[in-house]
Amino acid sequence: MNAITKRPESLLDVTMHYCPGCGHSVAHRLIAETMDELKIRERTVVVAPVGCAVFADKYFNCDSIQGPHGRGPAIATGIKRAKPDSIVFSYQGDGDLASIGMAEIVHAAARGENITVIFINNAIYGMTGGQMAPTTLVGQTATTAPKGRNPLLQGFPMNISEMLSKLESPRYIERVSVDSAPNVIKAKKAIKKAFENQVNKIGFSFVEVLSICPTNWGVTPLKGLDFLREKMMPQYPLGVFKDEKESVAQKIQEGK
Amino acid sequence: MPKIEVDEMRCKGCQLCTKACPKQCIEMSDTFSKTGYYPAKLAKQDCCIGCAMCYQVCPDLAITVFK
Ligand SMILES: Cc1ncc(C[n+]2csc(CCOP(=O)(O)OP(=O)(O)O)c2C)c(N)n1
Ligand code: SF4
Ligand code: SF4
Ligand code: SF4
Repeated sequence: MNAITKRPESLLDVTMHYCPGCGHSVAHRLIAETMDELKIRERTVVVAPVGCAVFADKYFNCDSIQGPHGRGPAIATGIKRAKPDSIVFSYQGDGDLASIGMAEIVHAAARGENITVIFINNAIYGMTGGQMAPTTLVGQTATTAPKGRNPLLQGFPMNISEMLSKLESPRYIERVSVDSAPNVIKAKKAIKKAFENQVNKIGFSFVEVLSICPTNWGVTPLKGLDFLREKMMPQYPLGVFKDEKESVAQKIQEGK
Repeated sequence: MPKIEVDEMRCKGCQLCTKACPKQCIEMSDTFSKTGYYPAKLAKQDCCIGCAMCYQVCPDLAITVFK
């Protein structure tokens, strides 16, 4: 009898600090498997965010940098432009990417940087104890919205994948979820494609991952899955929002 | 017969694997692990089909599937 599962080499053999059930850990494994399969580990750089994934550089077995809050896409831009043969990905939560870092992600996407962004949407600020994020759902409670998010006071949730897909330059944008085994397998395909696009110089690729934060939602991990499916998925439908086969440069050359 | 092994030093007792298993082969132990969690375990012999669904959802890579 042989083991048919194996920890990817691109994930260091250490216990991660994430809470029981946290979706960050699953996303880490999928990225690490992708690095192994594409044989890019030795030229990959992870840009770790501020948020629960601040220690991502201690888990991925590749080069790393940890940036100021929300600035991942700008840092990734610099690394990629200075070292175009490297494979650079920015790993960000929804507080990091959609509040303080909104400018950086929008402009990196608009410039069509050939980088990969993995966006973990858990509808809350995890690391700092459950404050409202731009992605927090209407009615969802947070320490800064104890009666639940009220659209009249705090506006409606932001659908980042849909917003970015309205820009011309991004090449690939998909929203996935890690709530079930079939969805984890689909999430892996999306993440792999987002890295393949960078290897093939197609351009800016973005995967939003719906993920549970049982700790700050105040539920067990299993109840967290129910919340993700029943409450998050209607607001954040899974799917491909953009999938261009050619790079922006190819399109311009062909006069398209 | 396929089987799984759970690394008790890595399992955080989140129970996600128990729901993911199509055969309901996984249960939680009723004793603490050294790390302070109730770890998952293969409850029934001859139950596992080696589909690795539990591996797919395990956040902590605590499960190894053998076939
Ligand atoms: C400049 C700056 N402002 C605020 C903070 C505090 N802070 C740390 S993490 C965080 C939000 C994290 O939430 P998210 O990006 O959703 O990641 P999660 O922890 O949920 O994975 C904030 C506001 C900070 N570290 N630096
Ligand atoms: S606080 Fe939430 S996002 Fe942070 S590690 Fe815990 S479950 Fe994950
Ligand atoms: S490999 Fe499949 S059948 Fe076996 S315990 Fe895991 S999920 Fe259940
Ligand atoms: S999914 Fe993994 S960490 Fe969670 S209970 Fe099962 S074996 Fe343990």
